[in-house]
Amino acid sequence: MSSEPAVQDLSASPNAAAEVVNDFSIQVATVNGSGSQTANLVLIRSLFQMGIPVSGKNLFPSNIAGLPTWYTIRANKHGYVGRKKEIDLLVAMNAETAKEDVLALDAGAAVVYDEPLKLQDLRSDLVFYPVPFDKLVAPVCPDAKLRRLVRNMIYDGILSRLLGIEMAEMERALGKQLGKKAKAVALNQVALKVGYDFADTNLPKRDPFRVERMNATQGKILVEANAAVAIGAMMAGVTVVTWYPITPSSTVCETLIDYMKLYRVDKESGKATFAIVQAEDELASIGMALGAGWAGARSMTATSGPGISLMSEFTGLGYYTEVPAVIIDVQRVGPSTGLPTRTAQGDILSTAVLSHGDTKHILLIPNSAEECYELTMTAFDLAERFQTPVFVMTDLDLGMNTWMADAFKYPDKPLDRGKRLDAETLKRLGGWGRYEDVDGDGIPYRSVPGDGMPAYFNRGSGHNARGQYSERADDYKNNVDRLARKFETARQWVPKELVDLDPEAEVAFIAYGSSHWAVEEARDQLRQEAGVKTSYMRLRAYPFTTEVEQFIDRHKRVYVVEQNRDAQMLSLLKLDLAPGQVGKLRSVLYYTGLPIDARSVSDEVLAQERE
Amino acid sequence: MATETPAAPAPGKKVNRINLDLQTYRGSKTTLCAGCGHNAITERIIEAYFEMGVDPQRVIKLSGIGCSSKSPAYFLGTSHGFNAVHGRMPAVATGAVLANKHLCPIGVSGDGDTSAIGTGQFVHLMRRNVPIIYIVENNGCYGLTKGQLSPTADIGSRLKNGVVNDLPPIDLCALAIQLGATFVARSFSGDKKQLASLLKAAIAHRGAVLLDVISPCVTFNDHEGSTKSYAYVKDHDDPLGEMTFVPFFDDIVVDYEPGTTQEVKMHDGSRVYLKKIEEGYNPRDKVAALSLLHETARKGEFATGLLYIEPDRESFTDLLNLVDTPLSMLPEEIVRPSREALDQIMERLR
Repeated sequence: MSSEPAVQDLSASPNAAAEVVNDFSIQVATVNGSGSQTANLVLIRSLFQMGIPVSGKNLFPSNIAGLPTWYTIRANKHGYVGRKKEIDLLVAMNAETAKEDVLALDAGAAVVYDEPLKLQDLRSDLVFYPVPFDKLVAPVCPDAKLRRLVRNMIYDGILSRLLGIEMAEMERALGKQLGKKAKAVALNQVALKVGYDFADTNLPKRDPFRVERMNATQGKILVEANAAVAIGAMMAGVTVVTWYPITPSSTVCETLIDYMKLYRVDKESGKATFAIVQAEDELASIGMALGAGWAGARSMTATSGPGISLMSEFTGLGYYTEVPAVIIDVQRVGPSTGLPTRTAQGDILSTAVLSHGDTKHILLIPNSAEECYELTMTAFDLAERFQTPVFVMTDLDLGMNTWMADAFKYPDKPLDRGKRLDAETLKRLGGWGRYEDVDGDGIPYRSVPGDGMPAYFNRGSGHNARGQYSERADDYKNNVDRLARKFETARQWVPKELVDLDPEAEVAFIAYGSSHWAVEEARDQLRQEAGVKTSYMRLRAYPFTTEVEQFIDRHKRVYVVEQNRDAQMLSLLKLDLAPGQVGKLRSVLYYTGLPIDARSVSDEVLAQERE
Repeated sequence: MATETPAAPAPGKKVNRINLDLQTYRGSKTTLCAGCGHNAITERIIEAYFEMGVDPQRVIKLSGIGCSSKSPAYFLGTSHGFNAVHGRMPAVATGAVLANKHLCPIGVSGDGDTSAIGTGQFVHLMRRNVPIIYIVENNGCYGLTKGQLSPTADIGSRLKNGVVNDLPPIDLCALAIQLGATFVARSFSGDKKQLASLLKAAIAHRGAVLLDVISPCVTFNDHEGSTKSYAYVKDHDDPLGEMTFVPFFDDIVVDYEPGTTQEVKMHDGSRVYLKKIEEGYNPRDKVAALSLLHETARKGEFATGLLYIEPDRESFTDLLNLVDTPLSMLPEEIVRPSREALDQIMERLR
């Protein structure tokens, strides 16, 4: 084999002595459209099957084919699944970025690369594994058109040998990934084997990274959080779904369509118990969702920041006229086109007060696939309970990446359809006004078209408590005051913040959504490396509960970690807090478009602590 | 008031086939200008729904923004209504019929609401053949903001303040026919008989109805120089033919000479008879309808009547193959999949 001399020329790894087991990151650099996704998913899945906690992140460009893309897999025995900044093992398949990718590595990293790229002379502090991919793939795959795809499976075989990932698990993962496509499975199995054998013969192990079977993924699943949202919506009984394609939210509705076809078609008649419509734009999709919500269906739409902007006017109408709908916002980098395939938490502030006039919206903020599932269900309950649009704020990092999660639990509570007027209630109330606050919680009773109850005219213009047109000063004020009261009631109903108190900590974190994973790991780094003890409160909804104030009272400095430039959540907190508490708040902000990593958080906190 | 259920009619009052009196089909008092064409349309709507014996509980009335869009408050006071945002009533109507396919929506819009900001949604409402009666109260100007030009204003048409329109108009009927609407008609708010017949036929139709009604703005666009004034429209109205609508629950009396009438059977079994004036005009012929619109527009005339009908095309809600029960009324055991279903999904993700 031609690669043999290169292997022999290389000196031993600088790190050869210290073995690193089940704690590394792999980055595969390919070209967008080259079909590496199967190989990457087989890789992550086989690690998962060996019981090792993993996560996979796809860093891809906003185009269809030809630009660089990177897939990062993190395996970590402690269960850290946030992005790790440092790459331990690079698979360099893309000529365009290979040099830059290699130069960016930390010393001691290993590089599996396409031999013609000749990367081995770039650095002397790395371990290089040259592989002649083209030569290896040609005999495996006579069909030249398929070679591009099969070629990727060879690096899986190489990594299997180098890292010690069991071949049986690789093959099982391949079967799971390709399912019934027997021909494709067979072809890829050969490619796996060729890669493995090549490494076995030609690539003596010189890097410290390897895997060992563990038992930390028992009962868990691998899932993208957009799919978790889709499953949550279906289990919440959604019946009208309206959407307009936009990255990174499209797979919410696409996955939902697949599941609904499977589980929400009447077995006897073959008829659908749902309607899913691809609307002409976001203006229409929110309009349809509100029309359906008004008419009594559980309805939703999914979008991202630019779509949220377009939905602004209708959302205000939904808030003011009190119409339920669920809006999933899978956030990305903005504004406008921004970086459509990169992640951010940049819609928090604008969505909380979306629209004109006085508006405030309920936001639910999941941090994981499990919570994407659970809080989506909660969103439907709250939308109907509070008769208002409710937003689920996820992001691209959650939505389009592969996460390890606990199997989703079957809901233990019935659907909350909120205060629906029925004959009994009408009798009890002795009359009905659409916007009367009979219970003192700001939430009125509603009727829906076709339910036989008294009708009302849903209007964005001024109205009195009976729903009649009114421009009277007191009617308007009473109405918006009641809406504010309703929002206060929501504080008792939204998912509570989760708190991990360290009684000795002076320093605390507040974070939300996908930032959670970096914060959790950063807390360990701060404690282990700098002796800094911290408490942590994870926000899960807006409005906040009163626990936020108590939490801030207990600590001297509170770092609010978020993935945007302008400290948007901190701004929302300021609206709620007393001036003394506001003074304790500090920001850790990360907004490169990449998922936030623990090191960036811990470094920033230490820097600010030293000031 | 809009928040009441239909009350039993007073004894001795004229009632319709579902035992409701005309008053039940009225709404609150109009706040539009005296003499506004829109009020005449409101009266015809009230009569048509009364005479057809439509259950107000099944009707939903929707609108966008503008003078026209205020009018749903003035009819069917015991029906649910939704006054949406500017130009985007079609989406709300679509969502509502998805939630409950048994609802009968009537949407009232204006020429500004439909042909300016609302063009996109209008286009897709017609294209989807959403079952709705979509009425455009068309006066070629913006009344509520005091008289600006709208996109349906004819070239050369002049506003009260002297501004002359130099852009071609959007012909909503031609647009709707092109897009796939299955019932397209034009009328004039002053033509009581024709409008009444068209409305009743529209109520019987299952699919997207566009009813473009020229409705002069008495305050801002009823003067010399306007092509949508009463005087102009009366002089240039070119009725397609006399139309009679026979509801399916009435005895059908044919009093037209065979060979001079065009019978169109509606979805619910009722029929429309069109007495033809133009030799060979066939309301099922898309091309003929479009060339008629083109010809009359060229001559500065309005062709009124039933321009195009396609009673057999599936409506949007039919296409979706929904269960018979309205989606909004499905119980939890139907809409929430079983524990086994979730287990199966989880198993696939392991």
